[in-house]
Amino acid sequence: MASPDPVSEGTLPPGSVIVDDVVPPRAPWSAVIEAGRLLSIVDLEGNQAVDTLLYDAHDTSERYSVPDTIVAQGNVYLGEGSVLMSSAGRPLMTIVADGCGRHDTVAGACSKESNTLRYGHHTKHQHACAENFLIEGAKWGLGKRDLVSNINFYMNVPVGQDGTLGVVDGISRPGLTVTLRAERDTLVLISNCPQINNPCNGFDPTPIRVVITAPVGSE
Amino acid sequence: MTSAATSTATTEGARAHARSQAGTVVDAMPVLPARSYEKVPAGVDPELLIWAETVAGGGYTSKVISRGSTIRLTDRGGDACAHLLLYNADQPWERLNMADTVKVPWQAYLGVGHPLLSDQARVLASIVQDTSGTHDALCGTSSRARNEQRYGDGSAHGRSPAGRELLLLAAAKHSLGPRDIPPGVSFFKGSRVAPDGALEPTGPAVPGAFVELRAELPLVVLIANVPHPLDPREDYQCTTLEVLAWRGEPTRPEDPLWSSTPELERAFLNTYDYADARGLA
Repeated sequence: MASPDPVSEGTLPPGSVIVDDVVPPRAPWSAVIEAGRLLSIVDLEGNQAVDTLLYDAHDTSERYSVPDTIVAQGNVYLGEGSVLMSSAGRPLMTIVADGCGRHDTVAGACSKESNTLRYGHHTKHQHACAENFLIEGAKWGLGKRDLVSNINFYMNVPVGQDGTLGVVDGISRPGLTVTLRAERDTLVLISNCPQINNPCNGFDPTPIRVVITAPVGSE
Repeated sequence: MTSAATSTATTEGARAHARSQAGTVVDAMPVLPARSYEKVPAGVDPELLIWAETVAGGGYTSKVISRGSTIRLTDRGGDACAHLLLYNADQPWERLNMADTVKVPWQAYLGVGHPLLSDQARVLASIVQDTSGTHDALCGTSSRARNEQRYGDGSAHGRSPAGRELLLLAAAKHSLGPRDIPPGVSFFKGSRVAPDGALEPTGPAVPGAFVELRAELPLVVLIANVPHPLDPREDYQCTTLEVLAWRGEPTRPEDPLWSSTPELERAFLNTYDYADARGLA
């Protein structure tokens, strides 16, 4: 793997590193995070949307739920302290540290299909996050029925007073890190977003780093 | 207790007792045939009615309807909250996608002209009339866990059923399971987003307020009538919802709605493209 980014290095939680991967631009990634372990996502070059879905590793019919999450915290934006809830209204993961300050969970993932609506039919054959979720989810027995609205780490989607909403320029920077604690054994699917038609990746998809850590004293 | 004339000690008696119940009218029930419904809205041909039902607070219903049908949901008592999920009846793996429903039109608040989009970039239904203006595309429905916390019970058989429990039952009637329940939409109760992202509940709506949805594809429609998950009141309160539907035509290119925005025009093109190839246009 690439050498660790010096900026992000200091923001990673202490403990023994279980997995340390660089996810290339446009690529998917997945892993089961055991309860109590930490998943850190490093925005290596800045303004890279990281589309993320969560499933109870032992019963994937229970999965991340946008409504349950935003209703439980009474706010549409995710940040430090946000508890990521399941469709059954139970915690899957908690954001325990966040260098960015705000993440989206309203605007969902890009797809080849929705690209035709947002930008025109010329974008139909561009790679998209739904494709990444489908191909990576298939490794775990998940299919089309299992895709639901997701989390977009490092993506900036302000909601205006009149309800206007859209993906605008990001507020992330190179090396910023967000760290999640698994409250249960959680299957995490990531799409390192390939979108090139809006500012969610600064029109230039870049790599991210994902690190799974066992906290000190948990081994 | 039953009288001697309707004693249920014998099969004949039990049959007579069962049959004697026919014709009972209650507040929440389907009316068949739908065209015999007594409160048909002005301007609607009763002969075209395909669905006439009232759903009590804490209740649910579902139906498969054809492309072009119009569904009218009416908040008769001013305190209903209709939680909906929609599926393409031809291929139920294609379903309501709330993220695309707010992202593609660049708008989180629902109103006339807003499409309810599927994950395949097609219009499942269009909002064509709305006298309420108080709806919700963000907060989904209530979970059993949340209702246990809020009201002491969230089971389908209890006194304060959670929306998700009821939608699971409605889905099961179409052989759909927990994997098939995405975030949904609710009508007559809503939320607004403050500048800092805080969610604020809105409603209750006006008694008699209604919203009309035009089915742009053949649809499986699931409806639960339960309090909004942000309902601030201590008690579980929800009044009767009226559900009507009648046959009609899907949105066509000559309808101003078709080309009202570039995104919506492409969504209608995608919808027509599918329906045409499938022989449903």
